[in-house]
Amino acid sequence: MPLDARHPAIELEDVSFSYRPRQPVLTGVDLAVEEGEFVAVAGPNGGGKTTLVRLALGLARPQSGTARLYGEPARSFSRRDALGYVPQRAQLGTQGPVTVREVVSAGRLARGSLLGPLRRGDRAIVDEAIADVGLTALADAPLGNLSGGQQQRAFIAKAFAGEPSLLVLDEPTAGVDAESQDALARLLDRLRRDRRVTTLYVSHEFGAVEDIVERLVLVRGGIVFDGPPRTLPAEWHDPSHAHARD
Amino acid sequence: MLETEFMRLAFATGAVVGLLAPAVGFFLVQRNMSLIGDGIGHTAFAGVAVGYLLGVAPVVTALLAAVAGAVGVEWLRSRRRAAGDQALALLFYTGLAAGVVLASSAGAFNVDLFSFLFGSILTVTRGDLVLVTVLGVGGLVTIGLLYRALAGVVVDEEGARVAGVPVAALNVLVAGLAGLTIGLSMQIVGILLIAALMVLPVIAAGRVAWSMRSSVLLAMGIGVASVFAGLTVAYYADLPPGGAIVLAAAAAFGVTSLLEAARAHR
Ligand SMILES: Nc1ncnc2c1ncn2[C@@H]1O[C@H](COP(=O)(O)OP(=O)(O)O)[C@@H](O)[C@H]1O
Ligand SMILES: [Mg+2]
Repeated sequence: MPLDARHPAIELEDVSFSYRPRQPVLTGVDLAVEEGEFVAVAGPNGGGKTTLVRLALGLARPQSGTARLYGEPARSFSRRDALGYVPQRAQLGTQGPVTVREVVSAGRLARGSLLGPLRRGDRAIVDEAIADVGLTALADAPLGNLSGGQQQRAFIAKAFAGEPSLLVLDEPTAGVDAESQDALARLLDRLRRDRRVTTLYVSHEFGAVEDIVERLVLVRGGIVFDGPPRTLPAEWHDPSHAHARD
Repeated sequence: MLETEFMRLAFATGAVVGLLAPAVGFFLVQRNMSLIGDGIGHTAFAGVAVGYLLGVAPVVTALLAAVAGAVGVEWLRSRRRAAGDQALALLFYTGLAAGVVLASSAGAFNVDLFSFLFGSILTVTRGDLVLVTVLGVGGLVTIGLLYRALAGVVVDEEGARVAGVPVAALNVLVAGLAGLTIGLSMQIVGILLIAALMVLPVIAAGRVAWSMRSSVLLAMGIGVASVFAGLTVAYYADLPPGGAIVLAAAAAFGVTSLLEAARAHR
């Protein structure tokens, strides 16, 4: 069953959130991400980017306002199989050995049955996702033997393997060299064109995606800018300014 | 040794327990809940005492108490995420205290109780073997069928939650299986040591395994080998099997650590 295309993929309406009373992390957030859009979310550390995506995905409940996914309340969204999420600093829930292929296969869980081994078609999709991030040669290597950037790519492949309609990546390239950041940005761009994947890409530096996205959202206690990157006021471009806390 | 009926029964039940305990324990260790088995063991102890008090087979009451305790602690943990530690402490001490009070009022501080605490090779009956085989194989089949889902939650719980994998239900299932394992393993390994059989083979396997699947399978192999070695030693040296089994598992950890070190040196 296709997703309801009459509604935005992500919709936040006047959303406010705080972890502790009287210390709002986000106030009055309005954001609509239409299907097929590629939106970069940037802003200083502690600005509330991770909190914003957790609210959008229904992992946290807003204190006021509403969060919707494809028109449904985010907390009770019925088509979670259509969502892909790479949490910030995607870390293994295990210290034990696990291979790249095992990590990526976990991304296939949302599709099809939870029971029994992966079907052949699913295995092909897992292989394809591993190839997409350039880890084919390391598919059966334990993740612990890989560099930080390669581990991040394994988690990105895991999200691809679920063939999401909406893909949310929270700082997927933290600690990764600029070249790999560009490669990932190009890959995400291709995916969006080929498969119409709606993408929300969180990064506290947006240099890598600046040329690709048509829309940039700056988060700092709320949304302080939302528009095409080229219309970003010059003062926001200055990192020292964007990172300052008033 | 195997010409005696009681040893054949002990080995047969031991085989099931040796496979099941590390298979379930794997998912506890991965969630940093290695010690949950101890807490559940103590509720099982209360269950044994209730069995004596009511004149019901203690295996059955212990099984029920262990599963209830395990599901209870998972429920507490999921309600107040940070409080997993406290939930365990609550379960641990309430179970132990209730067990002591109930057992002494049932007048059961005797040899039988000792065998529930540390295991016994003499107490396994044909009825027990049937119970352990049916429920134990049921547990193994459940893990086999849901392995991919359980492993997926281990890899990335948050990502699984977002994608709609029923994480909470799977966590309750693991807790229930832990309770089941403890109830079933009680007679062979004993309440005080069963948690070790769930954890030690997993840690030992982790030293030399190359993937998650190989960790689980290797841990199960080490589990069975430890049970067989422990039962054999217990038979010839007239020891409580629980201690011998757990020492065998600890020895396996020593061996795999050496293998790991040797490989690192090459
Ligand atoms: N679980 C939490 N409990 C309390 N405060 C939190 C929690 N998570 C984040 N915060 C606070 O909320 C603010 C926003 O954090 P976050 O959304 O992670 O920002 P960003 O992703 O932009 O770095 C920060 O001040 C952070 O310290
Ligand atoms: Mg963040």
